[in-house]
Amino acid sequence: MTSATLRHTVWVLRGNPVTAVAAGGAFVLCLVALIGPWIVPHDPIASNVANALKPPSAQNWAGTDQLGRDVFSRLVIAARLDLAIAASAVTLSFAVGAVIGAVCGYLGGRLDRYVGRFVDILMAFPLFVLAMAMVAALGNRVENIVIATAIINLPFYIRFARAEVNVRRNAGWVEAARACGDSHLSVILRFLLPNVLPAMAVQVSLNLGWAILNAAGLSFIGLGVKPPTPEWGIMVAEGARFIATGKWWLVAFPGLALMLTVLCFNLLGDGLRDILDPRMRT
Amino acid sequence: MSEAGTAPSAAGARGGAGTNGAAGPLLSVEDLHVAFSTRNGVVEAVRGVSLAVSPGETLGIVGESGSGKSVTAFAVTRLLDAAGRVTAGRIRFGRQDITGANHRQLRSLHGAAISMIFQNPRAALNPIRPVGLQIADAIAAHESLGAKEGRERALDLLKAVLIRDPEKRIDAFPHELSGGMCQRVMIAMAIAGKPSLLIADEPTTGLDVTTQKTVMDLVAAIIAERGMAMMLITHDLGLASRYCQRVVVMEQGRIVEEAEPKRLFVAPEHPYTRRLVAASPTASSTIADLAPGSAPSSAPAEPPKPAPGTPPLLEVQDLVKRFDGDVTAVGGVSFRVAQGESVGLVGESGSGKSTISRLVCRLIDPSEGRILFDGASIGDQPARGFHASPLRKDIQIVFQDPTESLNPRFNAFECIAHPLRRLSGLRDGAALTARVRECADRAGLPLGLLERFPHQLSGGQKARIGIARAIACRPRLLILDEPTAALDVSVQAIILQLLDSLRREDRLGLLFVSHDLNVVRMMCERIIVLRNGRIVEEGGRDAIFQRPEHPYTRMLLDAVLHISGPSTVAG
Repeated sequence: MTSATLRHTVWVLRGNPVTAVAAGGAFVLCLVALIGPWIVPHDPIASNVANALKPPSAQNWAGTDQLGRDVFSRLVIAARLDLAIAASAVTLSFAVGAVIGAVCGYLGGRLDRYVGRFVDILMAFPLFVLAMAMVAALGNRVENIVIATAIINLPFYIRFARAEVNVRRNAGWVEAARACGDSHLSVILRFLLPNVLPAMAVQVSLNLGWAILNAAGLSFIGLGVKPPTPEWGIMVAEGARFIATGKWWLVAFPGLALMLTVLCFNLLGDGLRDILDPRMRT
Repeated sequence: MSEAGTAPSAAGARGGAGTNGAAGPLLSVEDLHVAFSTRNGVVEAVRGVSLAVSPGETLGIVGESGSGKSVTAFAVTRLLDAAGRVTAGRIRFGRQDITGANHRQLRSLHGAAISMIFQNPRAALNPIRPVGLQIADAIAAHESLGAKEGRERALDLLKAVLIRDPEKRIDAFPHELSGGMCQRVMIAMAIAGKPSLLIADEPTTGLDVTTQKTVMDLVAAIIAERGMAMMLITHDLGLASRYCQRVVVMEQGRIVEEAEPKRLFVAPEHPYTRRLVAASPTASSTIADLAPGSAPSSAPAEPPKPAPGTPPLLEVQDLVKRFDGDVTAVGGVSFRVAQGESVGLVGESGSGKSTISRLVCRLIDPSEGRILFDGASIGDQPARGFHASPLRKDIQIVFQDPTESLNPRFNAFECIAHPLRRLSGLRDGAALTARVRECADRAGLPLGLLERFPHQLSGGQKARIGIARAIACRPRLLILDEPTAALDVSVQAIILQLLDSLRREDRLGLLFVSHDLNVVRMMCERIIVLRNGRIVEEGGRDAIFQRPEHPYTRMLLDAVLHISGPSTVAG
């Protein structure tokens, strides 16, 4: 079974070079996030004012910032935090949203209507502003960025799971599961959810990129991660002050890191669906 | 794509068909090969098909799923999907070679010279456009005309296809029309451009028997009246024998036999045709006749009748089911099923037969009435909690569409093991494996296929999984909701034999829900005819088939097509 999955994955990737590149990029990112502290050439926190604002060189590959810290090392270290925030926020909203959405889609009725209106209200807010308000109210901490990001993502998962479950709730195999002695709850959890996961994987992957941008955005405006912790959003925010004086590397490299990461996860989405759907196998 | 030289024009093609009538065939296909590129390499769906349709002739193409009959038609109209490709052969329409015609040439050909009608007419119509406008669109594709003229022409066409109240229906949306009316609209669109060839791909599959008859009679009348030729693609030998002048039989991309239906179906020569004809139920065939080779040599005797005085296995009293908005799907139905007995529930769509099967299976709650199982009332236990009832494993169901009734993420083993884990309390281990293998074996599913997922199996194999799953917990009542409606006749024959022998061996009570009277006649001792949620007639098999009392029952019986033609309908 596992070898079949592997073979299938290889087949999908071969027919889909873009997905393969994106998967490779995502893999490198995760690796960097994992082993970052052991591979950085310099200490990301140690400042050295004598060496401040140096352009990229053999010594400092991405230059140094206003405190003389190595930008490349900070980028590498920041990968862990940014990915962790995004991954935990997306996992949280995925888990909660999929279950709520699936229950609503399956049962319908009053619960479905109430949840639907709640989701509509949530989506009526400008989502980034909502996240700002939540972080400001809850306190300027990393957990709160995760929670805020998870909540603003929740509506998409609820709607998606609801729609996907709704079209399957009258499928023959759902009735068959009921005849085989499954309760409604067990039908939702063990039959419907596994069947909507492949479609939701696309959403997860797209969302990961979006959540990273969101976390970076919050840090950029001074909410969430505090300096001197390395974080892409803060690095862009701090570097922005020096653009006018031609210190482009302070903004360009963290910006590039953000852009490539988001691109990677967006491209990965479609390939993921093909890999996870058993019907695509022959 | 070849340009000019072989370029056909609509006018030319139509003119050619008219003037060329006596000289040669309207459509001729020579040594056609069609290949599909899939991930497992190139698959040849059509391998050297040659056929010809003369002007005014109706040619039937029959075969089972995968025989390449539809692909042949799609190749002629060049509607093959992107993966399919004509690799060899020639297609000529009139005097022109259209094998390599480009898109522009094909567009002028479609509708004006060749048109098609499909299975599932509702899906083929635009759901958000009134049907009158859609018909006018079909005319406007080939000639310019104003809105008022288009409406008049559409109205004429609706009259031609004998739609009731055409002035009202012209502004109707597809969802406001019945399936039969939608197919009439499709026919109106197909004849809008005055084509000389109509290709009908399973035009009545999915329609009720009585609707099938009226729609096909209409098509035949229109064809005859307008001197059109037709290519009728069907899996139904009865349909082909009733409406075609010549029939070709296809198997695995090749034509195995070609003859007039009388000769073909009375004295088939090719072994495949012989098998196909044998498997098609007729007015007098028995289950054993359908697939002589595979019948168990020593079929167990009829199970003994239960002693008088014992309560029936299932008793339904005055069952009523109303859905939201006061739609009464079932309006007061009472019947009984004894142990080891097979009762048929017959009716057309909307008769409430599927609702009854779900009510009895306790998947939905009745609005009124009682359901007694073995003397105990089960109708008042809510369906929501019935999964935990000790009677859950005694009442099982086999669903209509084998594909749709299997969880796409379970392999065959998991599908069959699922009720055993849930209802018989078996845990993973030797006992579970042994029982799954035993059930698969009884349902005739090769044990080597247990690891496969539904999409890797054929329709017949999936039907067997559905049956194996239903018998896994040794139920006492098996509800069969159109168990063979989605299957080829040869597979249907084997599945019917299987179900009948299960009934005899296990003394199963069967509630057989179907619209196919031929099948019900073979399977059931007692038959209940339903219409609009009520029982119109109930009786023994012979009484219903030989002395039907209710006019509706007679109408249903008259609409049944037999392969030897309508003259030998029983009764």
